[in-house]
Amino acid sequence: MANWCMVIDLEKCVACQGCSVACRMENNTPVVSPDEAKNGRAIRWNDVFPLPVHIAPEQGEYPNVKTHYATRPCMHCENAPCVKTCPVQATYIDEEGIVRQNYDRCIGCRFCTVACPYGVRYFNWYAPQWEGSLENHLNPDELSVNGSLEGPAVRPVGVVEKCTYCVHRLVKARERAAAEGREFRADEYVPACVQTCTGKARYFGDLDDPDSTVSQLSKSLRATHLLEDSGAHPKTLYLAEG
Amino acid sequence: MQPIITAQDRENLVSPLFKFDRQFWMTIAALLVVTLPGLALYVRQLFLGLGVTDLNRPVFWGAYLVNFIFLIGISMAGTVISAVLHLLKIEWRRPITRIAESLTVFGLMVAGLQIIMDMGRPDRLVNTLLYGRLQAPLMWDIASLTLYLLTASFALYLQLLPDIAFMRDSTPENAPTWRKKLYSTLSLGWRGNKEQWARLEKAITTVSVILIPIGVSLHTVTSWLFSTTVQPGWKSTILGPYFVVGAIYSGIGLLFIATAFATQYNHHLKGYITDTFYKNLGWIFIVMSFVWFYFTLNETLVVTTEQETLEFPVMAAKLFGEFAPAFWGMNVLMTAATWILIALKLPVKARSNPLFKTATGLVMTALAAVTFAALSMNIPALHASLVKTILLAAFIVFFILALLGLTGWFQARLIPSTVIASAFVLFGMWLERWNILMPTLTHARIIPYTTYFPTATEIALTISTFGILTLIFVIFYKFFPSISIWEVEAGRAIEQKNGG
Repeated sequence: MANWCMVIDLEKCVACQGCSVACRMENNTPVVSPDEAKNGRAIRWNDVFPLPVHIAPEQGEYPNVKTHYATRPCMHCENAPCVKTCPVQATYIDEEGIVRQNYDRCIGCRFCTVACPYGVRYFNWYAPQWEGSLENHLNPDELSVNGSLEGPAVRPVGVVEKCTYCVHRLVKARERAAAEGREFRADEYVPACVQTCTGKARYFGDLDDPDSTVSQLSKSLRATHLLEDSGAHPKTLYLAEG
Repeated sequence: MQPIITAQDRENLVSPLFKFDRQFWMTIAALLVVTLPGLALYVRQLFLGLGVTDLNRPVFWGAYLVNFIFLIGISMAGTVISAVLHLLKIEWRRPITRIAESLTVFGLMVAGLQIIMDMGRPDRLVNTLLYGRLQAPLMWDIASLTLYLLTASFALYLQLLPDIAFMRDSTPENAPTWRKKLYSTLSLGWRGNKEQWARLEKAITTVSVILIPIGVSLHTVTSWLFSTTVQPGWKSTILGPYFVVGAIYSGIGLLFIATAFATQYNHHLKGYITDTFYKNLGWIFIVMSFVWFYFTLNETLVVTTEQETLEFPVMAAKLFGEFAPAFWGMNVLMTAATWILIALKLPVKARSNPLFKTATGLVMTALAAVTFAALSMNIPALHASLVKTILLAAFIVFFILALLGLTGWFQARLIPSTVIASAFVLFGMWLERWNILMPTLTHARIIPYTTYFPTATEIALTISTFGILTLIFVIFYKFFPSISIWEVEAGRAIEQKNGG
């Protein structure tokens, strides 16, 4: 079994937020009004924000000014606090190392959202809605596991949702390979954000395969994790700015 | 020898239960007026979603959770009073065991409601049974709450049993048939013979022993909801005992308010719930207050001194930041409450010094309130270091003078003073829960800092919650005596035996 992992090279990232938009279109994340967004209700599975978060984006005095940005999908932690705290196993780590969410089982207690140190989990405060023609451009994909919704089809009000490394793409790629009667190859599957990345700053693949790009990159001296000390054993890797 | 329970007792304790007078209906109507708007807004929340609250990312939990912890806390009163005092065979507990035990049951009932109010999908509550993971702290809480509620209800019923039989035998002739039926069914054929008494005594003792660890577990597990996460401000091993102490502290506060309310409602009860109870439980209240301050100091001082990168911003928000009014407000309330309770224990002395006049105290209270408000306001001019220092010093002086000035007033009025102190403690404990949740939630690590203030829906539902709690209390005690009659009887028997 593969151990899927994403590597984000912050040296190459231009903070264009393309990943964030691609994720939104791929995963049908609902749109909220500017007022709601200001109140912290925007849903961005893949967020782009300045680092460090709590200090003004520009640091230093002109002309010696620095700005750092980070793009943040789910860390797909190996010791995921969200999975540990979910009372009904609505979120779980599958055998390929992806932290997944069962939208039909979630009771909306929001323990996982509170427990996640990375803030990658989002709650549907209202029933999802889209403005104008956006509604006509929803991704028709739907992933169901044992009759429970897990894929990009629209989620109901009152449940938690999160980045799934576009797991429905993995399922689709496997099905295609099976239909064509051949072996599935790891490079047939990438999440939407990786596919769209302007600066090609994102890599995706099997961390357990010693020849894969991600496992090569994981040996880099620049390889690091976000909040390495959180105890959650985050998997998504960052290549630090030089 | 006189019968221990006299006709007068019957008149005092049983007759009011069959009088549905104006006072009763007015109380019910007033409580409904308070309760219904919140319920209507809850229906709206059910249709629209939790968006009607001010909850956001990262403040995923808010007023409902604060209320939950608070209600769990006040439900501790019953366990402490009835179980611990029963096991220690302390006599003055007898008249108030009923009210104490029922508060546990009612408190837990409305606490359970908070969880449902806070759920995004209350329709999926059954999933906790179908797919419950026993490794998850929330399931520990649900399990512990259920067990505590069942055990406490059982304890309350056991304790009620002889009184239900007493009611069955004392029901007035003109009482409706269904009430006669109710008592005769619920009394389970209690005849009050020796064997039944021996069994009941054994059962009550056993349940008391079981209740104490269950009660402690619930408060500890509730603290673990927070301390098992990796969020700054919650990663504390002291949170478990801190919650237990806070629970006993606020539980006693509620008990005082409830007994005062009950005696105000039925004046005859004053003959049963005497000053002795207020005086003796007052001592436990003082002790709990100091233990609470000790824990608060531990929590605050350690983090403030180590100034760790992640923990300190949360603490700083409490000490100097946007949570300072709530944090210092809590401490001021608790200090005032503790002083009032201590004042009641001090020898009363007429003092001619104007510093000890009630009028001075009231003026100083007003001045202290004004300076506190000024310190809490977000006006830059008031936060210039010199102005702030002067305001702080002035507040401390006014506060001390206010307490000293009012001391005589407090000493002259045991029950009102105890109720005021209890109200301070209850409000302070609600703020304490707020101060544990909100600074951490608003200061997430890699999410921009946010703010949270409950919306009308959350405020109305909070008011409804306490309305429902009072409604249950009032209705329950229209059916069952609020004083444990058989315990009073037993107490008098012991007094007689001791040559009283």
